[in-house]
Amino acid sequence: MTAAGLLAVFPEAPGIDVARTLDLSGYSWKGVANVETMAKLTPTSGWAGAVVSCDEDPEGGWAMCRALRRLERPVQRILVLITGAQVGDLEVRDNLFEDFQLAPFHPRELEARLRHMFYNELIAPSTTVVEHAGLRLNLETYQATFGGSPLDLTFMEYELLKFFVQNPGRVYSREVILSEVWGYEYFGGARTVDVHVRRLRAKLGEEHAHLIETVRSVGYRFGSSKWSG
Amino acid sequence: MLDAQRDYVLRTVEERGIRLVRLWFTDVLGNLKSFAISPAELENALNDGMSFDGSSIDGYGRVQEADVLALPDPNTFEVLPWVDSKAAEARVFCDIAQLDGTPFEGDPRQVLRRNLEAARKLGFVFYIAPDIEYFYFAPPAGGRPTPLDEGGFFDLTTTDITSSLRKETIRTLETMSIPVEYSFHEDSPSQHEIDLRHTDALAMADSVMTFRFVVKEIAAMRNVHATFMPKPMESVQGSGMHLHLSLFKGDSNAFYDSHDPYNLSDVAKSFMAGLLRHAAEITAVTNQTVNSYKRLVPGFEAPVHVSWARNNRSGLIRVPVPKRGNDLATRIELRSPDPACNPYLAFSVILAAGLRGVAEGYDLPLEADANLFEMGDAALAKLGIDQLPQSLNDALKVMESSQLVAEALGEHIFEWFLRNKRTEWRKYKTHVSQFEIDTYLRSL
Repeated sequence: MTAAGLLAVFPEAPGIDVARTLDLSGYSWKGVANVETMAKLTPTSGWAGAVVSCDEDPEGGWAMCRALRRLERPVQRILVLITGAQVGDLEVRDNLFEDFQLAPFHPRELEARLRHMFYNELIAPSTTVVEHAGLRLNLETYQATFGGSPLDLTFMEYELLKFFVQNPGRVYSREVILSEVWGYEYFGGARTVDVHVRRLRAKLGEEHAHLIETVRSVGYRFGSSKWSG
Repeated sequence: MLDAQRDYVLRTVEERGIRLVRLWFTDVLGNLKSFAISPAELENALNDGMSFDGSSIDGYGRVQEADVLALPDPNTFEVLPWVDSKAAEARVFCDIAQLDGTPFEGDPRQVLRRNLEAARKLGFVFYIAPDIEYFYFAPPAGGRPTPLDEGGFFDLTTTDITSSLRKETIRTLETMSIPVEYSFHEDSPSQHEIDLRHTDALAMADSVMTFRFVVKEIAAMRNVHATFMPKPMESVQGSGMHLHLSLFKGDSNAFYDSHDPYNLSDVAKSFMAGLLRHAAEITAVTNQTVNSYKRLVPGFEAPVHVSWARNNRSGLIRVPVPKRGNDLATRIELRSPDPACNPYLAFSVILAAGLRGVAEGYDLPLEADANLFEMGDAALAKLGIDQLPQSLNDALKVMESSQLVAEALGEHIFEWFLRNKRTEWRKYKTHVSQFEIDTYLRSL
């Protein structure tokens, strides 16, 4: 899991230099063919950013940027790839990207631009802040916020939520959650997990209670799986 | 884990700008007690406890060494949601200890801890989900209680102030780690019921204390009086606190057995048998006021007889049918307790009675599925079905000779409770009531 989360990359099969730079710099990314497939592939937590090539298919590329900005969770960090001849196109499209890269490019320049674009998220690689779907946990100050408002939690509720937010999209059994969050020596049994999940759901409020999903006869999943959607 | 919990509390106090931390504990009668400390004192309190003079607390007083220690339980630390965030306050429940650190025998929370530890030694965790009833009245002004609405069971009284009070109460409870399962308008005018989701017994006793405080506090903010008095009006049903009980062994429900027609295990049956056999002994604790016994009368859906049934609400214990045959939801419902009890002590004696049945392998009597309210005493006696104690005095007499209750409560609380409650009974006995004036003054 990189600090940046999942990036959308257009076109579906980007140029080899783009793909290699992204992979070698440790970004997780997914190629998207067009606006429709992009919408379908969007993770519930939203895209962390996007790299959109406008050099070969300018119309498709700018349409993609527009669609990314109109998502329920608009993508702010968009880097567009253009040729020198296209610089004039930027003038009327300042609202559609965060940074641009002239092609052809040196891989280290693209890497530096990406790193700068994601600077805020990468600033603390040990992740003192973890975020998911509007939930934000500051691991240093133990403070949780949801949609910007403080969420008051007891210590064990906080620990459980931290585990979920750090491990989104995967199903965990009660036993695993119990041993990870409470420790093996805890006596209360796995019902303790159910009790605390109910408390967390109540505190998240009715419309967000589904963030912690009960997976029947298995356990719990926080957020949806990235790829299964 | 403890250090991490302390850090969490101290850091939260700093980050949230908490101005006051309220240390909560409970006296023997179940009244919530509190004293406030500044954030600067909190670290000391978490490490060493705060000493205070216990002699002014009901049931705490001892001849020598009146000072006791309040030890905050960091896992119960919560920011109080109704206090203005500019002067934020938090609360934390405390265990009370003697100055040398040993549990103080007058502290109900320590009593429950001791009883839960006994269950734990047998491998059991005790889970409870209460259904709590209460009334909203206009503020008492020396006269009779005045209901605020005329609604009946499940009535949609959306415009009523009491419904919005209940909604606000539930919102507040949920932000304080007390999830609500159901809530509705009860049978009687101005009567409401809120059902809490199950937790282990210690967390639930804390939750019941918080619940009573929140219900009253939110009502008082709108100049409404909320009361947990068991029978505030003689002509309508009183307020009970039915308790849904189960024992878990590890991750499985020790009350569940798929081969039994009612899905009840031998443990469940002998636990029920224990509750039935010792019902009279524990009633003074589960129903601790003079007024409690005016609820336990025929005709108002309150239990009167010491019996059990699957679907008979006149018995002491009901066995609810779990949803979709869910083994984890298999439980029994004890219907006698009222919301004016001390939850720590009530849960303690209930657990002790049930576990006695399990330990000694008591046999469960036959199910009493007929409506017992309609049977005569003679017919009941033939079935071996007794009545619950008829008055606080009766209940105290049975409790007095109960070794089981003395052990569950410990000598200190056992003796203090009996002494205090006998005094209450004496005062009541010498009181000349309106009933007597109306009935005798002219005719005699």
